[in-house]
Amino acid sequence: MSLKAFHLVFVTLLTALAFGCAAWAFSSGSVIWGVAGIAAALLVIVYGVYFLKKLKKISYL
Amino acid sequence: MEIPYTIESRPDTGLYNAKLGIWLFLASEVMLFGGLFSAYVLLRVGAEPGMWPHGWLNVTLGTVNTLLLALSAITTLLAWAACKVRDFRKFKIFHACTIALALTFLGIKSYEYHDKWIHYEVQLTNGKFADGHLVEKSPDFDLAKKTGSVTLHGRIVDDERELMDLRAPAAQSAKLDEVTIAATDIKKMENYGPKHNTFTAIYFTLTGLHALHILGGTLVIFYFWAFGGAMWKTDPERFTNRIEVSGLFWHFVDLVWIFLFPVLYLT
Repeated sequence: MSLKAFHLVFVTLLTALAFGCAAWAFSSGSVIWGVAGIAAALLVIVYGVYFLKKLKKISYL
Repeated sequence: MEIPYTIESRPDTGLYNAKLGIWLFLASEVMLFGGLFSAYVLLRVGAEPGMWPHGWLNVTLGTVNTLLLALSAITTLLAWAACKVRDFRKFKIFHACTIALALTFLGIKSYEYHDKWIHYEVQLTNGKFADGHLVEKSPDFDLAKKTGSVTLHGRIVDDERELMDLRAPAAQSAKLDEVTIAATDIKKMENYGPKHNTFTAIYFTLTGLHALHILGGTLVIFYFWAFGGAMWKTDPERFTNRIEVSGLFWHFVDLVWIFLFPVLYLT
């Protein structure tokens, strides 16, 4: 597995963490932090798509 | 004699030597951290009801550290991509950012450790508990000889369980004051270091081991950043492979933090 593939794993887990943090914040009654968590998760997804397009030529192996 | 497969992949494994080596190493690291995470789970489920701490760690600082490591993963990838397109100047810029982010992470972690080190729980002779950050000890303070006094910025509670859940409404609304306690009134005094309870023990073990990995990774990245120019001139492809391998290690360390943060800070 190349750094590109591992980075993809990292981005996926980071997205899950951001959504998880948002859920945690909402359940704790903090709407602002919850919204910030969702915004962060969406930002990471956008970054992930951008990074995949940018490194299209580099192998996953 | 030249070492084979430092650049091109071995036909049977499909990997160059260093990549195979780092993945074997990372497999052993998974077992190391996996064992410690298992220890955390067992300590937590085995804790007496109401005696597992909640809200003891600063979520804001933990979030900032998560962002720092996420950014450092990106700069690590970009440094490798810069090597791939043979742009050494950009490699230097991106890895300078990685090093700065890593050192900031360690600085924040040190601050958190220091905060725990000066935070005391004092068991009083009347059965109550004083809890707070150390303000000062009188010059003659000696717990063994029962002389002098100690001043904390915190509060006094009737039951130790009240100190466990700092997210509880009572703890949130508690008023903190400066409390001066005579040594004669102290039964036991202990800071929030690793020996305080099983939570602080596993917290310091997990985050300390993780911080050592961050430090080790930073030293390796710094070595490539500062002294990598020579290999870059003679063998840029091999150097690029080294950057990829260090990047794989760095990503693993970041992944560990992605699990550590919610487990320790949010639960």
